[in-house]
Amino acid sequence: MSNVTMTVNGKSVTREVPDTTLLSDFLREDLRLTGTHVGCDTSQCGACVVHVDGKAIKACTALAVSLDGSDVTTIEGVANGAELHPMQAAFNAHHGLQCGFCTPGMIMAGIDMVNRYQAEGKPLTEEAIRHELEGNICRCTGYHNIVKAIEDAAGAMSGMAKAAE
Amino acid sequence: MSEGIGARVARKEDKRFITGKGKYTDDIRMENQAYAAFVRSPHAHAKVTGIDASAAEAMEGVIAVLNGHELTGDGIGNIICGWAITSKDGSPMNMGAWSALATEKVRYVGDAVAVVIAESQALARLAAEAVEVSYDELPAVAFADKALEGGAPEIHDNAPGNLIYDWEIGEAGATDTAIAGAAHVTELEVTNNRLSPNPMEPRSAVATYDAAEDHYTLYTTSQNPHVARLVLSAFYNVAPEHKLRVIAPDVGGGFGAKIYIYPEEITCLWASMKTGRSVKWTSDRSEAFMTDAHGRDHVTTAKMGFDADGKIVGFKVDTIANFGAYMSLFSSAVPTYLYATLLSGQYNIANIHCNVRAVYTNTVPVDAYRGAGRPEACYLIERMMETAARELGMDPGDLRRKNFVQSFPHETPVIMTYDAGDFDGNLDKALAAADVAGFAARKAEAASRGKLRGMGYSCYIEACGIAPSAAVGSLGAGVGLWESAEVRVNPVGTIEILTGSHSHGQGHETTFAQVVAERFGVPIDNVSIVHGDTDKVQFGMGTYGSRSAAVGLSAIVKAMDKVEAKGKKIAAHTLEAAEDDIVIEGGEVKVAGTDKAMAWHEVGLAAYTGHNLPDGLEPGLKEGAFYDPVNFTFPAGAYIAEVEVDPETGVTEVVQFTAADDFGTIINPMIVEGQVHGGVAQGIGQAMLEQVVYDDDAQLITGSYMDYTMPRAADVPFYTIEHNTTVCPGNPLGIKGCGEAGAIGTPPAVINAITDAIGTNDLQMPATPQAVWTALQSVQTPMAAE
Repeated sequence: MSNVTMTVNGKSVTREVPDTTLLSDFLREDLRLTGTHVGCDTSQCGACVVHVDGKAIKACTALAVSLDGSDVTTIEGVANGAELHPMQAAFNAHHGLQCGFCTPGMIMAGIDMVNRYQAEGKPLTEEAIRHELEGNICRCTGYHNIVKAIEDAAGAMSGMAKAAE
Repeated sequence: MSEGIGARVARKEDKRFITGKGKYTDDIRMENQAYAAFVRSPHAHAKVTGIDASAAEAMEGVIAVLNGHELTGDGIGNIICGWAITSKDGSPMNMGAWSALATEKVRYVGDAVAVVIAESQALARLAAEAVEVSYDELPAVAFADKALEGGAPEIHDNAPGNLIYDWEIGEAGATDTAIAGAAHVTELEVTNNRLSPNPMEPRSAVATYDAAEDHYTLYTTSQNPHVARLVLSAFYNVAPEHKLRVIAPDVGGGFGAKIYIYPEEITCLWASMKTGRSVKWTSDRSEAFMTDAHGRDHVTTAKMGFDADGKIVGFKVDTIANFGAYMSLFSSAVPTYLYATLLSGQYNIANIHCNVRAVYTNTVPVDAYRGAGRPEACYLIERMMETAARELGMDPGDLRRKNFVQSFPHETPVIMTYDAGDFDGNLDKALAAADVAGFAARKAEAASRGKLRGMGYSCYIEACGIAPSAAVGSLGAGVGLWESAEVRVNPVGTIEILTGSHSHGQGHETTFAQVVAERFGVPIDNVSIVHGDTDKVQFGMGTYGSRSAAVGLSAIVKAMDKVEAKGKKIAAHTLEAAEDDIVIEGGEVKVAGTDKAMAWHEVGLAAYTGHNLPDGLEPGLKEGAFYDPVNFTFPAGAYIAEVEVDPETGVTEVVQFTAADDFGTIINPMIVEGQVHGGVAQGIGQAMLEQVVYDDDAQLITGSYMDYTMPRAADVPFYTIEHNTTVCPGNPLGIKGCGEAGAIGTPPAVINAITDAIGTNDLQMPATPQAVWTALQSVQTPMAAE
């Protein structure tokens, strides 16, 4: 057992957990943040994607104890109060979700890819989005509206970034 | 009206999913919850000679280790198949015993023999590893054709030769005669590859027994919680229906895999009674591959005869269907009444005969997966049509048009009566949207880049809106396939709809509200949809077979008819007008042509206060209805795929995909298009990527996403979706259903495109790069030798 302290969605949390505890279990079972989903056991489906220190990782593949001191954002932490993040709004507007199970991971991966491409000044083309979604599996949507949603949100996030400058 | 039928309304249910507030079964935690882990057979076929649980039981935190003898000893019944099929010799199907926990024998890798209940999931899994089961291994068989061979290991004592049934439909003699006299006969052998449905949410169950009330509650990942309660109660003897509540909360996709009541749910319920604890089990993906019912797995040979004019004269089909180790709930109906009855396709065929042999193998049970029988029928017919067109030197569209059913109703020789359709219109729309006229130029351009470009068609038809209860009852179904609904107008005028349909991605909370909004003129935000809880909704048959809109919404419409009639009585009385003069317009109940009106909330309030109602009218404004469909519905469409093959590597890309569907009336085009997108992706998956692989010893090779290829975003293109509408005459809204079309129509379009590109028809699904490359060598090698 080890003590783990993290900032999760802006709040500091400390829990004593077995050293084998995965971040996904830590979030779901210890913090009861059940928006992070687990859809496979081989790190492929991406339903568990969260942001750790600003980067997207698969929470099913990280040990909680290894992330002591980290800053974690989950799907529950991306909206600004009642105001949806542009990526969340775009998934709704473009019907980018059906059963909703892969959606938290898709949104977290989508935000991350837009941030990375914009930071590097690279265009996030349809081809790039499809390539970047290699680690996120959806069985419902055939990806059509997910790609459309991310394309649209990238525009909105670019606007946000410019407004912030 | 912006929110009514036909409006592209964004989904009401999305908010909880995009903010991480969905409530799925595994998100539920009961107060005194323990965890279940199953001890599963590593062998495909073996006698169980002993179970030693002492080491597991000694582990701190292990609450119990329970086995099949205790389960059957407590009177828990065997798992059954709910659709009786009779062989052509009049004998009943040979259903082998399936206990939730195996006792004497295990029959597939993953068959459960014991369950560990422990304080944590990790501990339960660790303890399950410590349960020592001794086995005497037996020879095993994984493939349907091999299971029928003499000397094959026999899996159930009451199924000699592993044969479950040998069934036929249509006239054999007449079909043989027609084909013998045909000017041209096209022959084809096709396998329909075994698939794993793979909803992204793994199955899960949380069972709680309340000893004081002698009552059970089950949260589970189900497409049909009332069917689950019925079966658990009537057949598995878990508890009578009034002592069992089944709740299917947010469910993360189904695709058929969550129709059935599996050993795990039964065991969790029973174990919660045995241990006095809430018992939770959540599958991981590896467990899902070896326990969720698989789909498809047919081997078929077929002949189609044509006259000199290209008209089909006869179609003869022989299919072997792999059922796996046990008969799952609807397994028997899939290769019979959901498959062979669709073998007429969109075509006018006088003579059809189909023989189906269903067989046991040492594999995961096989049952309905998105499309269920209809993709297998469509794949066979549409590959047949494209192959015949090539052999006859005809345009594939022209050959199809020559044979399309043109007038309705049309009775096929395989017991279906098509009620409406416009097959030429569907194909016209697809040809235009796919710019088929420009294909030659695209092919030439691809060739300049060293790519082989091909185009393939598929004109599918399916039978949905499943189904008229008397009809399916006469064919062997153990249940009726009606749907029920209740419409409650509250005293404040908001409306609650309780439906037996279940949404696990289909968007019912939005589309059903749109239909209510259209009818009563209220905003969709004033309408709530309640589903998925047997304590709230009186009954329901659930969601599968593209039936929620065609059957479920029809029940809601029937209940709304009754509410409207009563609401009009109340309004007529209050407004002192004749009942016939009352109309519903713009959210008001009014006297036609006047400004005398009551808002819905005034009608609701009048109904519930009861201060001033017509003589003899009961207070309240809530009505229920059961709707039993009069016929199947027949969605149909034309799909066109274009692919590019790299001849050096066999790597194949779907570069263009066009779907022109006729779903009848569409409530929300955005949601319907989403259903097609997902179905097409699953169809591309079946055609090019997905395959459950067993080795010769019936060991499961594809046990994770490392081995089983799910379609990724880069594997599929943007899809072009067109609609052509002929209204379904069989239900009040004219709806045909849209949930399965993509998965049904897509595989043959893709394979027809690939075989067009590579110039050989010798290709089976999945058309992996290796398969395509290998097929190409058989064409190219002789040319190279010349």
